[in-house]
Amino acid sequence: MLLLIIYGIINSSIILLQTIGFGLTFSISGIPNLSYGALYILGGILSWTFLKHGFPLWLSILLSCAVVASSGFFIYWIFLYRIRGAVLLEVIVSFALGIAIIEFLRWKGFVTYEFSLPALLKGSTELFGIPVDFQRILIVLSSFFLIILLYLFSHYTKLGLALRGVAQNEQTALSVGINSDLVSSVSMMIGSGICAFSASLILPLGIISMETAYDVLLVSICVSVVGGLGSILGMLLASLIFGFIKTAISIYLSSKWMMLIYFISILFVLMIRPSGLFGKLKQIEERI
Amino acid sequence: MEYRIERIDRGIKARCEDIYALLSLKEIAYLVFPRFFPVFAILIIPLLRSVIGEYWEKVFFLTCNLAILSISLELLLSIGLISLGQALFFGAGAYFSAIFNNYMHLPVALSIIAASVCGGIFCSILIFPASRLRGIYFTIITLCLPLFLFRIIEVTKILGGTQGISLSPIGNYYLEMYIPSVFMLTFLFGIRRLMGTDCGIIIRAIKDNEFSVMASGINVYAYKFAVILISATIGSFSGAYTAHFYQFVGMSVFSLDYSIIPLTCVLLGGSSTFGGSVLGAFLIVPVSEALRIFGTLRIVIYSAFLILVLLLLPEGIFHYIQRKYHKIERWKRI
Amino acid sequence: MEEDIILKVEGISKFFDGIKALEDVSFHVKKGEILGIIGPNGSGKTTLINIITGFLKPDKGKVFFKGKEITGMKPYKIADLGIVRSFQSVKPIYHIPAYKNVIIPLCSKRIKRLKGGKYGRRDEVAIDILEEVGFERDSKIPYKNTDELTHGYLKRLELARCIALQPEILILDEILSGMSDAEVSSTVPIIEGLNRRSVTVIMIEHRIRELFQIADRIIVLSFGKKIAEGHPKQIIRNKEVKRVYLGA
Repeated sequence: MLLLIIYGIINSSIILLQTIGFGLTFSISGIPNLSYGALYILGGILSWTFLKHGFPLWLSILLSCAVVASSGFFIYWIFLYRIRGAVLLEVIVSFALGIAIIEFLRWKGFVTYEFSLPALLKGSTELFGIPVDFQRILIVLSSFFLIILLYLFSHYTKLGLALRGVAQNEQTALSVGINSDLVSSVSMMIGSGICAFSASLILPLGIISMETAYDVLLVSICVSVVGGLGSILGMLLASLIFGFIKTAISIYLSSKWMMLIYFISILFVLMIRPSGLFGKLKQIEERI
Repeated sequence: MEYRIERIDRGIKARCEDIYALLSLKEIAYLVFPRFFPVFAILIIPLLRSVIGEYWEKVFFLTCNLAILSISLELLLSIGLISLGQALFFGAGAYFSAIFNNYMHLPVALSIIAASVCGGIFCSILIFPASRLRGIYFTIITLCLPLFLFRIIEVTKILGGTQGISLSPIGNYYLEMYIPSVFMLTFLFGIRRLMGTDCGIIIRAIKDNEFSVMASGINVYAYKFAVILISATIGSFSGAYTAHFYQFVGMSVFSLDYSIIPLTCVLLGGSSTFGGSVLGAFLIVPVSEALRIFGTLRIVIYSAFLILVLLLLPEGIFHYIQRKYHKIERWKRI
Repeated sequence: MEEDIILKVEGISKFFDGIKALEDVSFHVKKGEILGIIGPNGSGKTTLINIITGFLKPDKGKVFFKGKEITGMKPYKIADLGIVRSFQSVKPIYHIPAYKNVIIPLCSKRIKRLKGGKYGRRDEVAIDILEEVGFERDSKIPYKNTDELTHGYLKRLELARCIALQPEILILDEILSGMSDAEVSSTVPIIEGLNRRSVTVIMIEHRIRELFQIADRIIVLSFGKKIAEGHPKQIIRNKEVKRVYLGA
């Protein structure tokens, strides 16, 4: 039972950490960043590369976040900026970019057991008699702080308020002088940066493999849809739910069934409550 | 000195406008040629096996199936549902066919029919709830569903997992080759007919202005469900048939190829003319087979190609050819 | 007297993210009358119509049609009952001939129910209806694509779409706006003609002069609240209305 609770929290944090970047970009600027999975793996690989070149681990992580964040920024300005509003193109282009990155990395050969990231914190301890390693504790703390940071940022800083303004009503925000393109590219930047950070923390728990990229994308989309787009609380709650379900399934069945659970829950949510748990979508609205 | 393009109907088209068209062989040929020649060509190809070679026969088979998927996609597009997940229909049909044929030992013909119907219903139930949301969510969800199924089958190893399932063959070579092309033509003409009726007007109206149609007393959701159902059934047929042709089904039936190629065909061919997507299929699929050497980077090439097509030939190739056929263009001084 | 009331709106309130679009609006409509709804821009007129016709759900309040509650029903079901609305921003279906726009309502379940199988060919009926609203039958205008029509014709096309559904209550959202004086003076008799055939009409309008000539009763909205109700002559003299419109 204790095992369930502790690892439930851990797994929820992992899922949350994986989703925040995607959810942030999507709910603020409406851009579905389908290259998210690719950026995740890219973050991990960059950390590994910097490490190989002799940088200390913490610096490698920092550098990789910076590189991925700026990639996010540039992806917006090079590709997405021209096609804002063309739904189909946004989806295709971001997805194609993602695939290009993934397949490029696969071609370069990053697919064997040699490629794994070391944990930031080594060793483990015991929590109420359950063995927990420090890396996982770090993940839980990081996601906790990240959420609090995001909340403070979006409610109290100028940039954060600007992001929320655009999220609520883009046209009004534009008319008040907020540069929507800048805001969108910043949201992509932050989202990608967080993505690389989470990759560097989470990948040490396993190996770097290209399949993870697709998995992370699918999980992020699932959590965003179930939690409701536009809502941090929804993301939090959905991550908790999935985290505990995943832990329970790992203990009693086998973790391979988790993908099926994600699949079914998306369908379930769409049927019952399409806007998600705390979503702010209005289904039918007359727009004049 | 400025110039503009002037487009006038060709003389022969003007002469064909009324009943006098029947007086001259040349005019009859003008009218009949574009309609009958492609159909004739498609029906002849399976007979020319010795000339064309087995490899290209297989490409022809693939083309017909992808053309069916393109028609299915275009039907969804014409009601305003942008789907990036034709692979879902294809894969569902293929796996249902495997279940009926391999696990339940049904004969081939029955299994294909049952798989089309079941696949259609199954996919409609999956997709319809998403159609109530704004367009972008529908697109993302349709993109993700096949990916999900791919991963689920790969990881949980149900339905044969990475090994796949085998199926019984069709048998007769002529049957094998003719069924996809005949069905493709049937679907093509059937749906064109549908879109020409009042139902077709309503379908296109839902795409343009859903609220207005709702305010006119029409149950938009019922129409959307019906269109999704038809589209899914056609797509599932294609999958079910292909599974029997190759006598094998694996997770690759859910791969992105089967979603992106129909999309490229539809956009190349020009929307609202179902013939265009079939034409697009016949242009693109042979090219895509040639591109197999690039591996999974193909999808990137498609996307680049897609963007190019959208920029350079927005009206689609079908309209372009139609325009060239019916009109003369001249530069005229202003 | 209760049997006379065909539509009753009770205590409707609607909030959008903290803004009160409508606050406790109540009124009733008698069968066969012409009711006008006026008010400055942003007073909630179209929101009210959206709620009555099912495009929006109210936060509080109820709507009754012939005594039965219809609050929150789906828009096509409400149209099926006979409450038909026009749209303020005209968005017809482009790239198809004008008369095909009118065929759409003719395909609805309501028409099938009312007319059985004996209505005749839909395109012929559509042309008849278009002629009623002023599309000259012998000209090519009914067959023109909608993107080639002028604004006045588009408005009349919208009216034709509503008429085709054989409404019991016809709600017109600023149908006269953007029309020339000549078009207005040919459209108003059409509305009166419908009213004589016992169609209840609710009109949201800014063209007060024409509206006051044909309306039986007027309701005035301002900032989401109903501030006046009565015969046109009373409304003209109402000080509150003048203040709201002219800021005097």
